[in-house]
Amino acid sequence: MNWRRAGIAAVFVIPVVFVFSRGMKTDPREIPSPLPGNPAPSFALAVFAPGQPPLERPIGDTVRLADLKGRVVVLNFWASWCLACRDEHAGLSEVARGYVGKPVQFVGSLYQDTPSNGTQWIAEMGGQSYPSVNDPKALTAIDYGLYGVPETFFIAADGKIARKITGPAPPQVVRHILDSLIATTGSP
Amino acid sequence: MTRVVLGTLVALSLAWTTPSARAQVRTDTTPRTTGDSALEARTSAVAAQLRCPVCQGLSIQDSPSELAQSMRSLVRDQLAQGKTPEQVKAYFVSKYGEWILLTPAPHGFNLLAYAIPVLIVLGGGFFILLAVRRWTTPASESPSA
Repeated sequence: MNWRRAGIAAVFVIPVVFVFSRGMKTDPREIPSPLPGNPAPSFALAVFAPGQPPLERPIGDTVRLADLKGRVVVLNFWASWCLACRDEHAGLSEVARGYVGKPVQFVGSLYQDTPSNGTQWIAEMGGQSYPSVNDPKALTAIDYGLYGVPETFFIAADGKIARKITGPAPPQVVRHILDSLIATTGSP
Repeated sequence: MTRVVLGTLVALSLAWTTPSARAQVRTDTTPRTTGDSALEARTSAVAAQLRCPVCQGLSIQDSPSELAQSMRSLVRDQLAQGKTPEQVKAYFVSKYGEWILLTPAPHGFNLLAYAIPVLIVLGGGFFILLAVRRWTTPASESPSA
């Protein structure tokens, strides 16, 4: 065996293996968010889709994050042009209904879309149990480091971002996160 | 040896791919500028350093996507409010992480991006040196294998 050649080959191969070993462990399409664990960016956005009783909010009403302190907030960014949003819509709507009476607030936030398109989409999808707000210049979306839809943020009762789901949010995962956050909220 | 070097270069080029968006990208070609050319120049300079989150290796200055245009407007607004370019970049880093910077900050794992080109050049130089020595060494002086 030529140890000199083997040594030179190792110098080239080991860094490549190192780079790939790091890269293989991560989803190359996912941008790691620095937000979880940090205070959620504040927002005050107007309702364009009221939702359904008992979770409905009047159209034009302003949803302010500051007013929701003490509750777990599920902030779901979506758009009518987003195919993946169709996959999660019914599940999220159903989960929201299941948490009526608990310290949880679901808010949909329209991303790079028009309220008329959003309203039409909700009607086509059979309704949405919780209200949706409009984010006209995507300023709130950028504040949350959004890079596509759907993305769902879980804001704990203390106002910090606890979790983020990139892509369609599976109902069982949403329930699991909510239950753990509610349990934390209830503990002294 | 040559195969090892070529293989390394190919592997590194593959490893240097950029993330792509998972959702559809909406584009907007409507120009959104103000009459302030100095502000526009500063906006362009900062926007050219920020990565478009829904593109493949484009800055928000170069991307026609709606998100990039919105981010560019935000850069302009923040500069107009008196923030420095560093403060504007720090805002985007606080939202998207260092990934948003097209030129990574030289620390930690990022140092690889700076070190690898130098190592490749040094390795290439070393390889050429070895090859030249071998070619120029008379056959009688070369060690018998």
